[in-house]
Amino acid sequence: MSAPILSIRHLTFGYYPGQPVLQDVHFSLQPSRVVVVLGANGAGKTTLLSLLLGWLTAWSGEIALQGTPLPQLSARERGRCMALVPQSEHTPFDYTALEYVLMGRAPHLPPLGMPSASDIEMAQQALAQVGIAPLAGRPVPQLSGGERQLMLLARALTQISPTNGEAPDNAPRLLLLDEPTAHLDLHNKARLIAIMRRLRDAGVTLLMTNHEPDVALAVADDVLLMAAGATPQFGAAEQVITADALSRLYQLPIRLIEVDGRKRVLWT
Amino acid sequence: MLNKTFFPRSKAMCCKRPFALNLFVGSPRQTIPLLAVLLIALFLLSLLVGRYPMPGLIAPNRIMEDVLAQRLVFNLRLPRLLTGLLLGITLGAAGMVFQLLFSNPLVEPSFLGVSQGAAFGAAFAILFLGGTALVTQISAAFFALTGLGFSYLLARRFRFGGWVLRLVLAGIAVSAFFSAGLSILKYLADPLTQLQEITFWLLGSLASITWPKLWSVLPASLIGLTVIYVYRWRLNLLSLNEQTSFSLGVAPGRERGLLILAAVVPTAALISISGMIGWVGLIIPHIARRLFHADTRYSLPGAILLGGIFTMLCDNLARALFAGEIPLGILTSLFGAIIFLLLMGSQPPRPRL
Repeated sequence: MSAPILSIRHLTFGYYPGQPVLQDVHFSLQPSRVVVVLGANGAGKTTLLSLLLGWLTAWSGEIALQGTPLPQLSARERGRCMALVPQSEHTPFDYTALEYVLMGRAPHLPPLGMPSASDIEMAQQALAQVGIAPLAGRPVPQLSGGERQLMLLARALTQISPTNGEAPDNAPRLLLLDEPTAHLDLHNKARLIAIMRRLRDAGVTLLMTNHEPDVALAVADDVLLMAAGATPQFGAAEQVITADALSRLYQLPIRLIEVDGRKRVLWT
Repeated sequence: MLNKTFFPRSKAMCCKRPFALNLFVGSPRQTIPLLAVLLIALFLLSLLVGRYPMPGLIAPNRIMEDVLAQRLVFNLRLPRLLTGLLLGITLGAAGMVFQLLFSNPLVEPSFLGVSQGAAFGAAFAILFLGGTALVTQISAAFFALTGLGFSYLLARRFRFGGWVLRLVLAGIAVSAFFSAGLSILKYLADPLTQLQEITFWLLGSLASITWPKLWSVLPASLIGLTVIYVYRWRLNLLSLNEQTSFSLGVAPGRERGLLILAAVVPTAALISISGMIGWVGLIIPHIARRLFHADTRYSLPGAILLGGIFTMLCDNLARALFAGEIPLGILTSLFGAIIFLLLMGSQPPRPRL
């Protein structure tokens, strides 16, 4: 096993004193892996992402990016290797999708620099990659929920694309996705899973929160299972996702069945 | 096809243009230089506009020959025009910054207690400090910045909502506080002398601008405007929610603080010499976004140029239309509202690409 990209050591955090949301979260992300975070509503999945991003500061514990504690990184360094796909995002201004995606280039530009033609090309490619190239000129407030989610993914893709000349291999690249499949139709879900696999094979580490165990079964290498009030469980997907564990997590009688050699979740 | 069946008129409706106000149909790259040329031409023309020797334009060769005309143009019109230009530029740019930072198209630079603070400061100086021009200016600037300081400190103490919402609420509270203070001062003022002076200050005017007044506000405005201008693309990032801009490698707290200062300090300095000038900071950014799209790389320079042009035009009317001066604030509000209504009823620009 190679050195972890991100190590999370005994993280405890809460919004109000005496009411911890996360307790003793401890795991590490290996390079080129897809990690899916499963947990009930309110279990602290989005909070965990905010902590990994460095936006929230833990009460105790440490997060290190390739050995460097997160607070020691400059904002630009952090932005270059770590991108977030948020659940949703609203803007009152009529940015076009392309202008919006172009903002992902910010950490790669010199201070106060402006995007160049090659940055614009990169943004267009990212839009094409997520399948919404024709929407490049559409104002963001007019996009549907799913289109917007794909656009946010495209922005994250441009953000973690190395600039020409930067060595692509030594920089860690980490993509945090907060329920990216929430608004997507089946076709786009499949596309997202394919993109995630392709990124993993290209050396990107992905961490995604999700409410669909089926998505986790399709794409996860590792799984973090977060049940309220218990220490989160981390491990290889096949070991962590069991009928028992899911039944306990969602408090439903859940069965795992095998179709064509692949596990499926049966819950109704 | 489905769309057509259900909404047979939708296509016709979307192409209807109530007002043909899309003067600028080119790309921002072409339109911005065009506006810059327009601004310079208007500036030169404005030097000639006035009521000496008769209403209308003064002949350029007359300026060469007539000593009185020379003095008039270089000692009265030129500093006044430059101040008007600076005022428009500052209010346009600062308004754009505020609307982006607060992700709210309804705020303007004088918000956060700045405007009401300045008004209170001016009235206070007129009532209790003798009311000379210099003292009024200093007092207005002082209370404008005090208003900003109070808003900031209050927002830090609030235990409610996010940072932006807290600033907005604190700004409203501080403005209400100063506006009550202003009402008290107006009530106490001598209705024959002081009240008139306060009212005139509140209406806003560039009539009393001289070179020293312009020099006194120039450094603060130029520094603020430079900061805003070099941020013209990065401002986009600051309009996103704070966590998102953080994830894009921005230090939101620090950079927002810097830009708020860069917007408020020049505004406070300029309204301390001009009085209240309404609507420029609110509508110019809207017009700029309408013409140049949201991307601040173009809409910010657009707001700067449009603000300068609009304020110069209004001030030309203020000083030349009638024998008596019309308060500038009345004209900016009047024409600002008219243009705003026409523009909002017109077709938005087509997305470029």
